[in-house]
Amino acid sequence: MIKFVLMVNQQGQTRLSRYYESVELSRRAALEADAVRCCLSRKKDQCSFVEFKDFKLVYRQYAALIIVVGVSDGENELSIYELIHNFVEVLDKHFSRVIMFNLDSIHIILDEMIQNGHIVETNKNRILAPLTAINKMAEG
Amino acid sequence: WVCHTPIRLRELIRTIRTARTQAEEREMIQKECAAIRSSFREEDNTYRCRNVAKLLYMHMLGYPAHFGQLECLKLIASQKFTDKRIGYLGAMLLLDERQDVHLLMTNCIKNDLNHSTQYVQGLALCTLGCMGSSEMCRDLAGEVEKLLKTSNSYLRKKAALCAVHVIRKVPELMEMFLPATKNLLSEKNHGVLHTSVVLLTEMCERSPDMLAHFRKLVPQLVRILKNLIMSGYSPEHDVSGISDPFLQVRILRLLRILGKGDDDSSEAMNDILAQVATNTETSKNVGNAILYETVLTIMDIKSESGLRVLAINILGRFLLNNDKNIRYVALTSLLKTVQTDHNAVQRHRSTIVDCLKDLDVSIKRRAMELSFALVNGNNIRGMMKELLYFLDSCDPEFKADCASGVFLAAEKYAPSKRWHIDTIMRVLTTAGSYVRDDSVPNLIQLITNSVEMHAYTVQRLYKALLDDISQQPLVQVASWCIGEYGDLLISGQCEEEEPIQVTEDEVLDVLEGLLVSNLSSPVTRGYSLTAIMKLSTRFSSVNRIKKVVSIYGSSIDVELQQRAVEYNALFKKYDHMRPALLERMPIMEKTASNGPTEIVQTNGEAEPSVVEPKHPPPVGQPASQVKNTVFGLVSRCLSLMAFYLFDLSKTVNFLSIGIPPMTAYNKNGLKIDFTFERANPNPNVAVITIHASNSTEADMTDFVFQAAVPKTFQLQLLSPSSNVVPALNQGTVTQVIRVLNQQKLRMRIKLTYIHKGSAVQDLAEVNNFPPQSWQ
Repeated sequence: MIKFVLMVNQQGQTRLSRYYESVELSRRAALEADAVRCCLSRKKDQCSFVEFKDFKLVYRQYAALIIVVGVSDGENELSIYELIHNFVEVLDKHFSRVIMFNLDSIHIILDEMIQNGHIVETNKNRILAPLTAINKMAEG
Repeated sequence: WVCHTPIRLRELIRTIRTARTQAEEREMIQKECAAIRSSFREEDNTYRCRNVAKLLYMHMLGYPAHFGQLECLKLIASQKFTDKRIGYLGAMLLLDERQDVHLLMTNCIKNDLNHSTQYVQGLALCTLGCMGSSEMCRDLAGEVEKLLKTSNSYLRKKAALCAVHVIRKVPELMEMFLPATKNLLSEKNHGVLHTSVVLLTEMCERSPDMLAHFRKLVPQLVRILKNLIMSGYSPEHDVSGISDPFLQVRILRLLRILGKGDDDSSEAMNDILAQVATNTETSKNVGNAILYETVLTIMDIKSESGLRVLAINILGRFLLNNDKNIRYVALTSLLKTVQTDHNAVQRHRSTIVDCLKDLDVSIKRRAMELSFALVNGNNIRGMMKELLYFLDSCDPEFKADCASGVFLAAEKYAPSKRWHIDTIMRVLTTAGSYVRDDSVPNLIQLITNSVEMHAYTVQRLYKALLDDISQQPLVQVASWCIGEYGDLLISGQCEEEEPIQVTEDEVLDVLEGLLVSNLSSPVTRGYSLTAIMKLSTRFSSVNRIKKVVSIYGSSIDVELQQRAVEYNALFKKYDHMRPALLERMPIMEKTASNGPTEIVQTNGEAEPSVVEPKHPPPVGQPASQVKNTVFGLVSRCLSLMAFYLFDLSKTVNFLSIGIPPMTAYNKNGLKIDFTFERANPNPNVAVITIHASNSTEADMTDFVFQAAVPKTFQLQLLSPSSNVVPALNQGTVTQVIRVLNQQKLRMRIKLTYIHKGSAVQDLAEVNNFPPQSWQ
């Protein structure tokens, strides 16, 4: 299962975090810092899967943003790698410009894709449907 | 009265981003928090949503946000969808079942589960499935079950995952969801299919009964998978030319669980697995993700051998892929299967060995583990060459594991003793400082047992010492060898290579050099001193050795000092025992990892585990470590001996309680009788006096009696009355053994003596102890 999803910038600052397993608030900062440090220190020619503590990290970089997903052992790493890309494509489709100012929308999208540590939906249109509906309601 | 509209979330984010220091950011956050707090106090409905959103952002940055918890509840209870959305999100991020607040949500969720708008129902399902407590789950399970049967696919898919959470929290409720699962797989909607498969997987993993029940779904799952593969381009689910790879992967995983250990199910999925394995596009990551899952499934179920070979070949192809992610995944999988499909994996050995040169740390580690798993009698020479090369150049974090792996493999498959010794030498000289401590006694044992290689080994080790004395394990093994086989070194007996010319003084120079060098650890110094001592019976420069030993009698290092004092005593008072005590180590039986526990043949006079009572462990070294090394063994024996030698004045008052004597040994004219007493004051200790007599016409000189008992006993051997057993029964040698025992007594004894000019050695087992001796 998926343990958490993080989006960080190159300086290691968290832009989005979502946990599917309860982690105490006081431990989160340290966990995020460690995980990010681990991923940022890797070179271009190293693989995107890192063994971290007693689970694994799958990470992918898109321009200035790095997405890190923590997964339990036994999860198909290549599949998660693909999922990250799917997520980014959805974000791309919805937001025309800089995304990080619409944090609540991103959470909505993430919730449509991943629930409880498992994948719910991967079809981009279906993922974005509720958000579009909400935005319509907000305007109305 | 100033009215200021709370700022929007995006403005807050923009502002925070401008902060140049942590302190500046904190200040901004605190200011905004204060504003939000007062806004909450005013019970402002309009902006509550916006405020909570900001609070969530600040929470994400690590700032406390608990004062917003109740506000989330208010938002959830609101009728506006935008309010509910943030409220539920806030609940998922800020609340967990440890807070009392969350129970208040139950009613809201219950209502929202039945809301007229599907998106609201969706929110409720999502939140319940994320952080619902056991009570909440129990209360609302019925609602979830109802939604699981709805025709609305948006809700159905979320209900399935919510059910997973309910089952985790309240396992007894699993049965309740069974009827709803009946037609989940006939859904066309992929979202529903996907989450249904997750639900089924969860149920199968939790209950063997469910697993057996769901096996009948295998044909249906196979059909769905087949449709995914065979159907043409489907824009709804396409990812890089493959139709819904995520669903394919999930189905393959469920098939794995269902087919494991079951012949019929495995057979039913055989064809589809072969089809997926051969037809999936491998040019992109997506295809490879599916192939990876397929391989894992094939290896886990009862697949036929053709399919297994197919799977391993896929992994072999992965190894050649440029994408390092794929290589990593391949190595991980191969490691899992190398035990069961050894031959198939062997075919890819050269590719695996190439991965040792990869730049990625994770890949290198996997390749190393896999390489060691593939070593066998046929490929040992070639593999070892590669692995030793790897050892030379790898990162320090690998060296210890690699060295241990090399030693293990060499021990199992060495084609010759010479090769074995050479390999050990190579490891010690190139990675000597990374070798684990426990390797040293193992290596010593190995060298001892390779009798015909002694001369060669000591020569090579000596030469290595001349080059480099910084690597402690190497130095320790070398010192020990020189101490044991120094005579072979001097006499230039080496057959395997050109014997070197070296004098006694040169050897002693080297060993003394170790004693004074800053590079030597205390343990190493101990090894050198003992080696020097042993050479006193092998070299003729006894005076030089005596001098060295006496100097160290006043060493600051307590351990060294103790040894030196004991060796001094050996020279001064007990010189006649020195040869026997320092003689060559006999071949040792291989025992379990921690070094000799039950000692069959000892080169000392008692079993090491006994010694403790008045003998404190050496300062600065864990007692167990000393105990378990061969060196420790000799040292302990010498220490024990010293202790008892100084203590001869004590005589113990024996109380005889009439246990009959027995003959323990009678061979070649040597007879050993045992007589028994109980010690005073400790009646649990049996005191045995041995009486050795000699009926032949020649004396038996240099007589040494040794005894060993099983681990559960404790034994003490006091010193003998003399070491000459006079001929023709003209006298006896007596010696006292004290045994602490509560069980049937057994003993192994070893006797050595010189008779008519030749050395005699014998081992015997003593089993005929009278019952009264141990009851």
